[in-house]
Amino acid sequence: MIARALGCCAALVLIACGARRSDTVVEFWALGGEGEAVPPLVAEFERREPGIHVRVQQIPWSAAHEKLLTAYVGDAMPDVFQLGSTWIPEFVALGALDPLDARIAASPELARGDFFPGILDANNIDGRIWGVPWYVDTRLLFYRRDLLAAAGVADAPRTWDAWLDALERVQRARGSSGYAILLPMNEWEVPVALAMERGAGLLRDGDRYGDFRAPAFREAFAFYLELFGRGLAPRTGAAQIANLYQDFASGFFTFYVSGPWSLGELARRLPGALADAWATAPMPSAGGPPPGVSLAGGASLALLRGSPRAAAAWRLVEFLSEPRQQIAFYRLSGDLPARPSAWRDAALAGDPRAQAFREQLENVRATPKIPEWERIAEALSRACEAAIRGEAVPAAALARLDADVDALLAKRRWLLERSASP
Amino acid sequence: MSVNRSPLAIGFAAPALALIAVFFALPVAASLLLSLTDFDIYAIGDPTTLRFVGLANYAHLLRDPLFWKALANTTTFVAVGGPLSIAVSLAAALAVHARLTRFRSVFRTVFFLPVVTTLVAVAVVWRVLYHPRVGVLNGALAALGIPPLDWLGDARLAMPALILMAVWKSFGFNMVIFLAGLQAIPERLYEAARIDGAGAAAQLRHVTLPALAPTLLFVAISTGIGSFQLFAEPYVMTAGGPSNRTLSIVLLMYREGFRWWNMGYAAAVAFVLFAILLAVTALLWRLRPREAGA
Repeated sequence: MIARALGCCAALVLIACGARRSDTVVEFWALGGEGEAVPPLVAEFERREPGIHVRVQQIPWSAAHEKLLTAYVGDAMPDVFQLGSTWIPEFVALGALDPLDARIAASPELARGDFFPGILDANNIDGRIWGVPWYVDTRLLFYRRDLLAAAGVADAPRTWDAWLDALERVQRARGSSGYAILLPMNEWEVPVALAMERGAGLLRDGDRYGDFRAPAFREAFAFYLELFGRGLAPRTGAAQIANLYQDFASGFFTFYVSGPWSLGELARRLPGALADAWATAPMPSAGGPPPGVSLAGGASLALLRGSPRAAAAWRLVEFLSEPRQQIAFYRLSGDLPARPSAWRDAALAGDPRAQAFREQLENVRATPKIPEWERIAEALSRACEAAIRGEAVPAAALARLDADVDALLAKRRWLLERSASP
Repeated sequence: MSVNRSPLAIGFAAPALALIAVFFALPVAASLLLSLTDFDIYAIGDPTTLRFVGLANYAHLLRDPLFWKALANTTTFVAVGGPLSIAVSLAAALAVHARLTRFRSVFRTVFFLPVVTTLVAVAVVWRVLYHPRVGVLNGALAALGIPPLDWLGDARLAMPALILMAVWKSFGFNMVIFLAGLQAIPERLYEAARIDGAGAAAQLRHVTLPALAPTLLFVAISTGIGSFQLFAEPYVMTAGGPSNRTLSIVLLMYREGFRWWNMGYAAAVAFVLFAILLAVTALLWRLRPREAGA
């Protein structure tokens, strides 16, 4: 780790020495593991664009949000930066981002589309594109194939009914030695994905009010609570799970819902005997054709509004979006490519576990694209936990949630009213 | 009582006064104003969306269950951790002062070490000590046949775990203050007490403690203020969890201010904390033993 960091520093110094005075120096902030993985690609970009020098700064994920906000307030923003897709609405509200529609239309590489529709939509706010998807992220089922087969279920469930049936069978087969599924009760992602699959909008009237008492959300919430009610999922929070991978290996749970990061972690951490015992499957559907809906996630590349080096920074965005670089980045970081054509590469096409993500990515949806969403999600987590613990009946928990969300959206309603009546 | 107000004196004091005005009075006044507005993420992007809301932030605060939870957690930390820390540091001071004369400087240094160590580094190490599987603490419990405890993940254990760490981290500082207080007690008082037939316990009760009263007051106030500002321990070790059992007032303020960027609301939290500190300090001051003070 330290050696790696030193290596990065040394590389940076070398690159910095190599920069000529006439070069355009583009400041690029990359977060966490992406910041560690991207320097080789940047070096290739600099070989191709002799007049441009890129300075990569790596920001840990845990500090990134605060750091970007304070940098914006302190007028110390980079020219191009990585943004978690759910942060985009906030930075649009700040006025920190450059709209990219004209640049995309003028770019031979990006104008041809080649994006997952749900992921691109997460970058589209009020009809304009604010970020270019860099890598994608969504959640789906991870399960123990051996335990599922032992319970007499041959294939991964494709519908909610089949899913519930499979969970019941697994639970009977496992008895008291484990649970059919692990759903940390303070995580909002699974209930939201289930509700979206049912057709719930989450918010109503142009995202002015909470809509969690709508029939679609209530039904999905009831389905979710039933998994706990029937004893298929343990009543446990994320913090109480000491070692997810060990518990998965021991068969404490058979299903869980997670993202691409688990592909690498499971491959690394599970004992060799279990290397082929686990698989992935897209989310089951509630009635329509599978797969069911999951959440659109990942990160995008965005340009700082008013940056004098925007043209050079945009060249970097175009470069990193090329399918070839997307595959190279996948090999370096394990992050899934945002361009569907990159998925034809053998590294991904031959991996059935990754292919489940490929299928899921065709049906992903963004959470409401407003700056308040993260706070709403937090209130939602509280409501889920209260209902699962039995501290509140579901109807009361949802009524309370709607009231909380309405309060969080008060300023948004005022802003919308103000802009409607000039 | 006559105060010399010659221009020369004011000239000498001016640099310090200017510094205080610019770096203390001005920011405090600004944040007081901030607490009366709804300054948020929208206001950074477009200042015209800033609204004066009067005392609405304060009213909201009083209805916010998270604030009451944070207040209850912080009060627990102060009410349990404060006296515990004072008792431990007094005991350590008495032990170091009285018996271990030979190793006094060694013990003084060892006990003081946690105080000068960076809190974040200490918190990271303690997080490992508390680790449910590889932690030393659970290893010791296992040797006694006690099943492992999830120190920081269990809703009932997380706060006691933080208190334990905070006491260990801070008692050395108070110990040094108590030691200074102990050294200031004239030996002749003990001599007189012994002649009157007082044993060790009676000497402690009737000589040491009354003489230490002013020191005790200072230690109580400074520990109280420090404990109310609990932040780094939960920030590093639990992030306020599990289910907000270790959310402190300052952590709530930090979250509101720098995570959600609700600066107006965060400023209101800061002023409520200030009012609480003022009230608690005034109370302690009023309770001070007069005969020892004057």
